[in-house]
Amino acid sequence: MSTLTEPATGPHTGSRSADLITRLREQENRAALVGYLPVGYPTVDRSIEALKTLVDHGVDLIELGIPYTDPVLDGPVIQAAAQGALDAGARVRDVFRVVRELNDYAPHVPVLVMTYWNPVLKYGPDAFARDLAAAGGAGLITPDLIPDEGADWIEASERHGLDRVFLVAPSSTPERLRLTAGQSRGFVYAASLMGVTGVRNEVGSRAEQLVADTRAAGAPNVCVGLGVATGAQAAEVGRFADGVIVGSALVRPLLSDGPLPDDEWAVRLTNLAEVTEDLAAGVRSARASAPADTPAGAKTTSGEAL
Amino acid sequence: MSDVKLSDVSGPYFGQYGGRFVPEALIAALEELDTEFRKAADDPQFAAELQRLHREYTGRPSPLTEVPRFAAHAGGEQGGVRVFLKREDLNHTGSHKINNVLGQALLVKRMGKKRLIAETGAGQHGVATATAAALMDLECVIYMGEEDTRRQALNVARMRLLGAEVVPVKIGSRTLKDAINEALRDWVANVETTHYLLGTVTGPHPFPEMVRQFHRIIGEEAREQMLERTGRLPDVVAACVGGGSNALGIFNAFLDEKSVELRGFEAGGEGIESGRHAARFSGGALGVLHGARSYLLQDDDGQTLPSHSVSAGLDYPSVGPAHAWLHDLGRATYEPVTDDEAMEAFRLLCRTEGIIPAIESAHALAGALRIGQAAAAEGRTGPDGQPLLLLVNLSGRGDKDVATAARWFGLLDGADNVAAEELERQEGRG
Ligand SMILES: Cc1ncc(COP(=O)(O)O)c(C=O)c1O
Repeated sequence: MSTLTEPATGPHTGSRSADLITRLREQENRAALVGYLPVGYPTVDRSIEALKTLVDHGVDLIELGIPYTDPVLDGPVIQAAAQGALDAGARVRDVFRVVRELNDYAPHVPVLVMTYWNPVLKYGPDAFARDLAAAGGAGLITPDLIPDEGADWIEASERHGLDRVFLVAPSSTPERLRLTAGQSRGFVYAASLMGVTGVRNEVGSRAEQLVADTRAAGAPNVCVGLGVATGAQAAEVGRFADGVIVGSALVRPLLSDGPLPDDEWAVRLTNLAEVTEDLAAGVRSARASAPADTPAGAKTTSGEAL
Repeated sequence: MSDVKLSDVSGPYFGQYGGRFVPEALIAALEELDTEFRKAADDPQFAAELQRLHREYTGRPSPLTEVPRFAAHAGGEQGGVRVFLKREDLNHTGSHKINNVLGQALLVKRMGKKRLIAETGAGQHGVATATAAALMDLECVIYMGEEDTRRQALNVARMRLLGAEVVPVKIGSRTLKDAINEALRDWVANVETTHYLLGTVTGPHPFPEMVRQFHRIIGEEAREQMLERTGRLPDVVAACVGGGSNALGIFNAFLDEKSVELRGFEAGGEGIESGRHAARFSGGALGVLHGARSYLLQDDDGQTLPSHSVSAGLDYPSVGPAHAWLHDLGRATYEPVTDDEAMEAFRLLCRTEGIIPAIESAHALAGALRIGQAAAAEGRTGPDGQPLLLLVNLSGRGDKDVATAARWFGLLDGADNVAAEELERQEGRG
């Protein structure tokens, strides 16, 4: 494997997501809330409104999905939104416009693009990295690209200073955890359970161990996703993870069978804001009741932030 | 690389194709499978057990049948072209698919997994998998595009008779590619107890290599049978190419024989210019789908394009990475055959030889007609003016396709035809 990367440590790593996660850990003693929505659902303009709603109500980091015809790591909710976005004419290049608008709106919120590999391969990994960096994007999350197959992407992301978020799963061997931790930049995405995205009643019981193992394998930042839907779950995960990733639970309030009139869309945004606030409260309460295990000088926020 | 025989090249890459473009969650299972596959390959007991099943259960070796009345239409009126069919249609369950299924099922037994999942298009792979599950007492779930459950209803019933659960997939284009998506999602969630019995030479490593390995018996038998029957190797080998397993299985024994021309026939659907086809080598470009880098039907954004074919088994937007590699090497050539051409060849084989082929296999038969007719027109022969020997892989039988053929040729009357037209109208929407 390539020896391009050193695990990121300390502040100002050049990684926007790592810097943010580090700051939240050190200054607020909490996990980052990472919120997913797809570009172009139900339309590009409305997806921008929904993303701004996430930012306004407590999401720290945006995971922006590129809709894809064959999303094998997504469950029914995100599949439906991706299909809806494609049916409405969403294009890959729309992602750059959305990233740019989000950056103008909230420069402090890093935007990572979540994409299956083929759209990037088709665009050209270097051209994609160049255009994403130019738009102000922070990097990529690649659910079906493992570091072993990622030489082109590792090179392009280095050249353009972008984060590379690879995934680990409860089935990953210690050897693969080391490989993935070493090749990731920003954070490592730990799948809380064996499965696809979706809203579930409980977070995988293997998540905490996986986070510990991934850290031991050399990853400074490990965020947990798959199945987190409620503030209570966010609090549970936020206790041990550096970030809590939520997708289906944010997409679900937006799903509809057909185009919505403005007033009904406004109701959907209100619902989305409520779900987001619940999750944001979750990550903020996660460590408040635990014995203060904070770096010297950092103050706990004891939930009063909300 | 230079002294490795083409027939023995191993994964994960075939040239620039292949690889493992799948979620990390599956990597441990793929590693386990790869290890078990390689252990089994060195284990004479595994080989003996598979051989016993081939002989006593599947009915191998499958016969080689010369078809002179069919050959007469392939430029062979004067005996200048001889056509031989490798009769995979006579295998238990009706197609070549059983070869791979029995091999993988034995591996599953060794790994101690209790549950099989599989995708199916035409239903042949699903039937073969359900069969092996019944034989070896394994739980079995088959994913099948809703569109395909309709056009291959008979095979849905067969799978259920065999005790499998058939899950119609109602998202995307509702065909084979979507069935594979759903099977992969199931596998990610249940990988610790479940084996994904992938049905062709696509997917992440080690599937392309492993499935080739379990089908190479087709070519090895055919090679012996041709030598025995004619005293020499065939001049041309023809096969249909969906994912590419039957084609690779028969090609493999001839890859290192420079004199043998290898011709693959993919689904030209309603014609390349119509956009409704599954001709990856005519209309596709480098891409990644379902774990492998290969030729892919895709749009400018890298979104998978829906494929189309009268045969469900060829209706897939990508193709096995080994075929992409052989194509680029120039070792094999790939051409589209339209629905119309395939159905004409289908009828011709029924009428001239009393053999009803699968519509998939009819694409190879149409290819054989094309090759034979061109040879006759050009005065091409075998060596020293001997007849041209054409070996065609008859990958499956047409029982499952009788309803489609009856509609295509208008063989039903009255009320039946009205029902058939209604069905066709619904299918047309895809
Ligand atoms: C009879 C028959 N031939 C061919 C195929 C195509 O598959 P492959 O290209 O892997 O041989 C199928 C697939 O369902 C089939 O049933």
